[in-house]
Amino acid sequence: MNQEELIINMGPQHPSTHGVLYLELKLNGEIVLDCKPHLGYLHRSIEKIAENRTYTQFIPFTDRLDYLASMNNNLGYCLAVEKLLNVEVSPRAQYIRVITAELNRVASHLVAIGTFAQDLGAYATPLFYAFRDREKIVEIFDEICGSRLTYNYMRIGGLSGDMTAGMDKSIKDFIAYERKMLVEYNELLTYNAIFLARSKNIGILPKELALNYSVTGPNLRASGVKWDLRKDEPYLLYDKFNFEVPTGIVGDAWDRFKVRLEEIAQSLRIIEQALGALPEGNPISKVNRVFRGTGESYMRTENPRGELGFYIVAEGGFNPYRCKIRSPSFSNLAVLPELIKGLNVSDTVCVLGSLDIVMGEIDR
Amino acid sequence: MQINDILQKIKEKFPSLETVALPNALVIPQSSLFEVAGFLKNEMDFENCHCITAVDRKDKMEVVYHLYSTCNRLMLTLKTIVELNDLTVESLTPFWKSANWLEREVYDLFGIKFLNHPDLRRIMNPDDWTDFPLRKDFKRLDFIPRPQTMGLKG
Repeated sequence: MNQEELIINMGPQHPSTHGVLYLELKLNGEIVLDCKPHLGYLHRSIEKIAENRTYTQFIPFTDRLDYLASMNNNLGYCLAVEKLLNVEVSPRAQYIRVITAELNRVASHLVAIGTFAQDLGAYATPLFYAFRDREKIVEIFDEICGSRLTYNYMRIGGLSGDMTAGMDKSIKDFIAYERKMLVEYNELLTYNAIFLARSKNIGILPKELALNYSVTGPNLRASGVKWDLRKDEPYLLYDKFNFEVPTGIVGDAWDRFKVRLEEIAQSLRIIEQALGALPEGNPISKVNRVFRGTGESYMRTENPRGELGFYIVAEGGFNPYRCKIRSPSFSNLAVLPELIKGLNVSDTVCVLGSLDIVMGEIDR
Repeated sequence: MQINDILQKIKEKFPSLETVALPNALVIPQSSLFEVAGFLKNEMDFENCHCITAVDRKDKMEVVYHLYSTCNRLMLTLKTIVELNDLTVESLTPFWKSANWLEREVYDLFGIKFLNHPDLRRIMNPDDWTDFPLRKDFKRLDFIPRPQTMGLKG
């Protein structure tokens, strides 16, 4: 048979590339022979901006990295600066940090699940269900910090303000509601025959390849590596809480979906325990707004998409001398060309959706 | 296993190597980085190259590698000093595939060339771009550094 290679451009304006990602696909008919990702359509050089802002002024910019998990980015940056300057954080602030970060993880995973199902052709229903649930979290955040997407809630040494009175009741209501909904997601999606046919054994990521590519987060755990920074190198208060680390078996798209769904349940457990032990006190930061330090620190935190690292070099000025952001989606996307070789074009969308990337933190 | 044990093992393997141990990092000469990285990957179980970046120190550049070993639970920071007249480092892609994109990023933003890299192109900026934006001497008319606020001088 006569084989003709065809090159098509997927993106940068494409509903399934989750942002402005441009994939150059080399095809033989419907089969992908090679894939070349082109990045940079959202490049704002946030690392350069960090060198021209004081430490506190840079916090709002971390919101714009992974815009679906702003709280976790705030947390990672604040922990890195606190590690550099040895700042104490009050217990109440630490508990509220855990609660908000885990709520944001649930919201982020809900978006991942909803858009993944949408990518597979489950038109609108799962997406609307997921966004309906996420809306409740967004309303809680609106009440706590006055913003729906870019929160800018954490400060170096604490938080910008205390949790509003009565918030613990609405969070508890949400936990009870979401547990019921998780059962529904399982009934609706997880073992649905069409969903299984589209995602099972598609885009298998072996364990060794995942480690070599430095893939982290739910994508790594779906490949069967039981590795979670919250469990294995606990930061903040995570060693005080009981929770499991869900893992997959094969490492296909379905496993990545299932791990995210199970992580929501574990996050809800953490939030419940943290709410039960929430101490009294003042969570508002006592650190001056302007300060300086010397030295360097590297801090990793477990974001919904993987391990977010901040490498901060300080040379005594009011601004960081260098601030490198190691974003999880960047390394997770690098493995994509290996996964989709030999698959159909429609499976490219499935694999990309299951990797759950956010272009804001890839391009920075 | 601690950073001192790693240093000891490297010294046993490469007796002529001049390493400097900082409080939390190891400085390796540019010429022997490739061998040391291969030793760390194959014999010391650093299976994860977590992050590669560079720091512009104005008179020289530092390339910083964060390697991680899952079984020893140890993060190792490797540094290499690169002089401005010879901005080249050996690529570590044969050991870690994650180094591919991370090195491209360092090349794009700092202009440090990685020798024997399989695909050294710019990754974020356009291909016809000639500047290296994260260098300290980067100046463009449309990029104006923010003036220091009052009381923030020094």
